[in-house]
This record gives sequence, structure tokens and C-alpha cells, in this order.
Amino acid sequence: MNHISPVLWQFFVKWLTNFPLFPPEASKLAPEMDALLFFEILVSLIGLTIVLLLVTTFCIMYRKGRHPVAVQIEGSTILEATWTIIPLGLFLLMFVWGSLIYFRVYTPPANAMNIYVVGKQWMWKAEHPGGQHEINSLHIPTGKPIQLTLISQDVFHSFSIPAFRVKREAIPGRYTSVWFEATTPGTYHLFCTQYCGTNHSAMIGDIVVLTPDGYKQWLAESTSGMSLAQNGERLFASLSCNACHNAKPDARGPNLANVYGAKLALASGGTVLADDAYLRESILNPSQHITQGYAPIMPTYQGQVSEEGVIALVEYIKNLSSNYRIEQTLNTTDLLPEGEGKAATGGAEQKAAPAKTAPQGVVKQ
Amino acid sequence: MSDTIVSLPDQSTARIPKVNFITKENGLLSWLLTGDHKRIAILYMISITFFFFIGGAMAGLIRLELLTPQSDLMATDTYNKVFTMHGIIMIFFFLVPSVPATLGNFLIPLMIGAKDLALPKINLLSWYLYVAGGILAIYTMATGGVDTGWTFTVPLSTHYVNTNVLTTGLAVFIAGFSSIFTGLNFIVTIHKMRCPGMTWFRMPLFCWAHYAASILMVLGTPVLAITIVLVALERTIHIGVFDPATGGDPILFQHLFWFYSHPAVYIMILPGFGVISETISTFSRKRVFGYTAVAFSSVAIAVFGFFVWAHHMFIMGISNYSMLVFSLLTMLVAVPSAIKIFNWTFTLFKGSITFETPMLYTFGFIGLFTIGGLTGVFLGAAGTDIHLTETYFIVAHFHFVMVGGMLMAFLAGIHFWWPKMTGRMYPEKISQLAAVVTFIGFNLTFFPQFILGTLGMPRRYGAYPPEFQVLNVFSTAGATILGVGYLLPILYLTWSLKYGEIAGNNPWQATGLEWQIQSPPLTENFAVTPIMDHEAYDYEWLENQKEKEVASVG
Repeated sequence: MNHISPVLWQFFVKWLTNFPLFPPEASKLAPEMDALLFFEILVSLIGLTIVLLLVTTFCIMYRKGRHPVAVQIEGSTILEATWTIIPLGLFLLMFVWGSLIYFRVYTPPANAMNIYVVGKQWMWKAEHPGGQHEINSLHIPTGKPIQLTLISQDVFHSFSIPAFRVKREAIPGRYTSVWFEATTPGTYHLFCTQYCGTNHSAMIGDIVVLTPDGYKQWLAESTSGMSLAQNGERLFASLSCNACHNAKPDARGPNLANVYGAKLALASGGTVLADDAYLRESILNPSQHITQGYAPIMPTYQGQVSEEGVIALVEYIKNLSSNYRIEQTLNTTDLLPEGEGKAATGGAEQKAAPAKTAPQGVVKQ
Repeated sequence: MSDTIVSLPDQSTARIPKVNFITKENGLLSWLLTGDHKRIAILYMISITFFFFIGGAMAGLIRLELLTPQSDLMATDTYNKVFTMHGIIMIFFFLVPSVPATLGNFLIPLMIGAKDLALPKINLLSWYLYVAGGILAIYTMATGGVDTGWTFTVPLSTHYVNTNVLTTGLAVFIAGFSSIFTGLNFIVTIHKMRCPGMTWFRMPLFCWAHYAASILMVLGTPVLAITIVLVALERTIHIGVFDPATGGDPILFQHLFWFYSHPAVYIMILPGFGVISETISTFSRKRVFGYTAVAFSSVAIAVFGFFVWAHHMFIMGISNYSMLVFSLLTMLVAVPSAIKIFNWTFTLFKGSITFETPMLYTFGFIGLFTIGGLTGVFLGAAGTDIHLTETYFIVAHFHFVMVGGMLMAFLAGIHFWWPKMTGRMYPEKISQLAAVVTFIGFNLTFFPQFILGTLGMPRRYGAYPPEFQVLNVFSTAGATILGVGYLLPILYLTWSLKYGEIAGNNPWQATGLEWQIQSPPLTENFAVTPIMDHEAYDYEWLENQKEKEVASVG
């Protein structure tokens, strides 16, 4: 072989001895997903073997030379019932099993750390709660459930981490979420799997899984000095949101303290849960959702705030737990110590001293 | 004396009947203005073959680009256009019309003992619409192409790409009407034009499969048409149906698009099922095992097929309840396919099997469709769908079903009915070789893609991480072999038009009404309206017929 073509030889030796056939399992969920995958493969192999064996056997036994006259058979209710009920049973089993895994992938645990991810042509931008942001990479610690809240600024994208067995579309105009808990430190592929235009195949990145200590260190090194909520606070002041949402008795806009997670009564009747999606909608399409007792005077911020901006605002509102904070925002755009984040958002709250540097990114576990 | 009487007339002295649908009239106009379903079928066959080779050339370019991890053969935009046009041409201009518009058009009237389809002029119109759509698609390609993917996903197609979305949409819109007309024609014909004695349960399963597919065409395609119109309006005057910034919802597009495009895969595969039922019965000399089950499973697929569309959207944020319903229904729609596979397999049981080319393609179909169907279950189970969707696993899955299934069935059918259509046999040995080459090439091309998909390689990528290269090289090598497998039939079938052996009326000794008349048939199909006095696939009836003929010759 070697003397025929060295290039070809190289191909055989180098490639055929070293290429992956199965993706690494790097999340808690991966082995569960793979159990179902292996079950499906097993069922398929058995099914395929049965069909091929039957076809081959019949072809040998009943080929014309050996079996010159066919015996006409109408059918067989018992046989047909068998091959209706057995596949049906197996398929239903896979349905139940698959649905359970689906619910698990898309139902984040309450203590998950939330990271926002914005997809845009053609990059992924991740925003950590501590204000660290990164492009086409995502640093996460092992052993901690991470929830991603995804949105797209333009077209459909899809955030796929094969090593974790998770994938979720990033859709324009709505938040979607997915969660995972990484188990093995390392660098894994991040792909955009929904076709998104010219550089679709370049919309890739690295998922860097660090040990908890390594992650702390990374957070400290990558901090921009302000947390996401602090960014939101700045934006809140600079867009003059506080002109109306100022928590005063005569304010023209509703008080936003503790609004996150509350059930709000709407002017149109009915109530709505103030979650991320609702807050986002209320900023971009305020006239659609008038809170009871207020006039529809809020202008739309569509086109004035980027998705990252909206995320910062949402994060700020999420963390607003007292009127005091809003009053402070009203008085000054100086960055004051950030209040304790909500337990629900968990994660990397910052100890926060205004605009100082080093120890700021430290995670309080 | 007695011996010489029993043997049938010598084939070497056989002639093609002087009067048949091909020789009846001459000149281009007699073809372009024909109302004869057989001639229209031939017109369709020539045109879809043309589009198949354009789509195939695109596939070749895609595989060549993917030979190396870098995006080096084409610019990324070009690559995107190439896979988009590959999808659009193969789906709308090849797979959807392939079996119905050629074999279905040719055979349904013959099989049910009718002189033509119910609406011959509509039939011709459908071909003209197909050609108009096709020319527009080619024009689109020549003037810059389109890079939305065949799925036209909004808001990419409405707001972000600068290519010929409107003309492509129009091409698909027009071709859609051609498909609606074909379906409508089949439904009316099968309802109203069956010959005396041809009850529903005496029809060949080919007709049942086409009936089911026609229902899907007639009910599904208008939704696609509406969706395309909405995309066009959104793109031109921003009506705000799909754009969230103007109060629309891009998910709505997904619902509308897949409401057609999922049933569309059954439009493509059901007629293929019909072909397989005919070939497997003929070459094992046996009635199809469980005729009624196979007939009703076609109808079941058509009905369930309409209610599974959202399984394309599991990771897009549909509600948990939707996921449960659509995943469950997806599992249910898999069952009739399993039933069919086992019924075909058991048709072989106690048969008297021969291995002519159509039968080899049929075996290829059974193997590949089983794999394609079973891997569909991986995707119907919502859990594994999350990992596998939008990767090469999906690509491999639908190529196993569409190419491994449908194209194998199409080739089985073309070879099987070639003698009926042209009056001449194809050369047996080389075509058996072609069937085997196709099977090997196909597996080498698409099996590695299952592994690639499991590894996570996304679809529609012109560049990929280097560790995926080995499997991609296998795939490209397989595509080369597959290309040869598809070129061979074109060559030897063309050759056989002049040099093929004379086939005679019924070279396979098959039972269908189409085999009891001359090859090629008369323009009016039957000199005398036939009377169906036996069940479908009744080989004993055929034996009796032969004895009678021999007796009368004697």
C-alpha cells in the first residue's frame, strides 16, 4: 500500500486509527439521554435483523428453483396483530421515556444559575449575571445547574452542545430556556444548528467547562466591573424609565419593586405572571399590557434597546426588592452597592463595591 | 402437436404492435397538446429526470465541498444556495411528482380499467404548471439563486436574505398547483371511473397508495401555497404576520409550513409503497399478504400524517402538551409503516421468488426504508430528538426514507413497467448491477451521516470541525458510487428504447389489468371495457386465462 500512494497511506493510518464515533458525555443528563438512545439503537438493530433474516430466509427457501409453485395465502390475523402490537408497545415505551427526558431537559431546577445568551448573525453573546460577557464561548463550572435564557436578535438560531445532549432554538421575540449540569471539565463544541444565513457554519464556539475554583478565577479575571443588573440600572436611568417608574405615590408608571414573579392585574381584565418574557414584552410593546390603574402612556422601546439592553433591564428589575433602590436610582446614576439578588436567580451575585476592580467577580456560593 | 401448441409464440418473432399510444399521432404538437394520460406521463418522466439530474449535480457539489473541513470549494453563500436549490428541486420538482405523475399517471387508468383519467385537460395543465414552475426555478438559479434553505424559514427569508426568495416562492407555488391537480384527478378517477367489477377491494394496492397520497396533495398543498403567499407579502409589504417586531409570530410560520411539509413526506413515500406492493407480489407470484391491512395502513398514514407536523418543532418552544400530543401521534404513524414492512416480507413466504431488477430494488427499498423508518422513531421520541434534530442524523434519516425508500421504489417501478410503457425490455444483467451499485453507494453515502449526526455535526454546514472528516470522506466516496448507480439506468434505458428485446404483453406474468393489454397500450387503453371478475393479485385466475388463450390458439 505504502508504495502506491503515500498520501493515501497517511489517510488510512492517521484517520482510520483516530476518529470519534460517539460524542463525549459531559453533562449529568448525557448518560440518561444515551440510555434511551442505546435502547432505540438496540430495538432498531433487532427489528432490522428480524426483517433481514426473514427476507433472506424466504429468498433462499422459496426461490423459484426450489419452490416452483407459490402457495396462495390470504393473510393471518394473529401474525398481523403481532406485528401491530409489538411495535406499538415499543414505540409507546419510547414515547414515554422520550417525553420524560424532554421534560427534564427543558425544566430547569429552581437553584439553577441563569446565564443569558443572545444569538445574532453570526455570533453567540453570553451574559453572565456578574456582568461578564463573552462571544462565541461560554465558561461554566462543573457541578452547578446552569440555566440558559436564549433569545435571538434577528433570525432563528439554535444553541447546541452535543457533549451535553442539549439544544434549544434562539427565537426572535421570545425567551426560551434550557439547562444542564456539566460534569467533566474540558472544552466542547458549541454549534448553531438552525440555518441562519451566510456564515451559519461559522457560528460556532467553545463551551469551556471549568472546575468551580477555575470558574471563580475566570469570573474574577473577566469582570467588566459592573454586574448585569448594574448595567440595567444605568440603562434604566439613561432611558429615563425612572421618570414614571419612580415608586412615588403619584407616579405615572407602576412601581417595579418586587414586580418580578408577581401576578399583575391588567387593565383589560385578567392577570398575568410577570416573568422574563412579560417584562421584555412590556418594555418593547407596552401598550399591549397595561397594568390596572395606569394610563397607556408608555412609549415603545422597540428599536431603541438591543436585546442585550433588554436583558440588562430585565435583570435589574428582577433584582429590585425595595422602593429604596428605585429612589436611589432616581437620585443618582452612581452605582450603589447592589442588593441581594433573588434566591430564584441564584448564582453569581456580586459583592459589589462601586466600580472597583479585582475581588468583585467572586462568586458567593 | 400438443407440445408445440402449449408453448407460447416465440419472442424473437414478436413485434411491437403497429398501433399504440406512441405511434398513434406524430409530431411535437401531438405530444404537447395531448390529453392522453400515458403521453403526459412520458412528458412528466422526461422532465422530472431532467430535474433529478440538476438536483443530483447540486448534491455532488455539496458532497465535494464537504470532502474537506474548510469551506474551500465554494464561498459560503454559494454553498448555501447550492443546498437550498438541491432541496427545492429534489423535493418539489422530483420527489413530489416522481411516482404519482409518471407511473401513477400512466398506470392508474390502466389498473382500474379506464380509458383515461377523469380530467385529461387538467392533467395536461398540471404538466404545464410543473414545467412553468420548473423553468422559473431554473431562472431563479441562473439569476443568483436563493439561500433560505428549502424550508424558507422566517424571518430569514422575509427580512434578512437578499436573494430571489419571491421568484423561488412563486416557482414552488405554481408547482404546488400541478400537484393539487394531479391529486384531484386521481381522486375523481378512482371514485368514478373504475370498470365494472372493480370494487375498492379489488383495486391493486398501487391505486390505494395513490388515493391516500392524493388526499394529502389536495388537502395539504393549499396550505403551503398560502404560507408562501404570506412570506411574499411579509417580504414585500411587511404585513406583520411572522415578524415579532410588528406583532407577528415566526413560530406561526413553522406551524403552517410543516402542516404541509410533513404530510408532503407521505405524499412522496406513499406512491412508493404502492410500487413495492406490485413488484413484491409479482416476483414472488403471490397475493400481497394481508391486502386489507396494507390498503388501510395507507389510509391511516394519510390521516395520521396530518397531525404530526409539530414534531419538527420540539426544540422551538412549543408547549409541553403539544409535545406530548405530537410525539404520541408520531409514534402512532410509525405503526402502519411497520405493518407494511412485515406484510411485504410475509408476501415472500411460500412464494416462488425470482430476482429480476425490480425485485432487487424492492429488497433495497425494504432494507433502507426499515432503517429510515426506525431512525424516525429516534426523532419522534422527544428526548432523543433534542440531541439529534438539526444534525446530520436528520439528513441521514430523511435521505434513507426519501432516497433509500422513494427513489428505490421509483426505480423498481420504472424497471417493472418499462416494458409496458415502451414495449421493450431493459437489459437485465447491467440493470441488476445498477441496483446493487445503487444500494452499496447509498449505504456508504448516508450511513456515516447517522454517526456524524450523533456526534453533533449540524446540517447545512459548509465547514465543520476536522475530527468529522473521515466520515465525510466516506460519505463523499459513497456519493460517487451512488452517482454511477443513477447514471447507469439513464444510459441503458435509453439504449433499450431502440435495442431492447420486445417485451410482449405480459413479460412478468403479472395479474394487473395493465398487463393484459398490448405493450405499449392503445391510446384508448382497452379495446373493450374490461370486466374485473377476480380479486387483485389472483395468480390462479392468470393461469386459467393462459390456458384459455392456449386452447383458443390451438
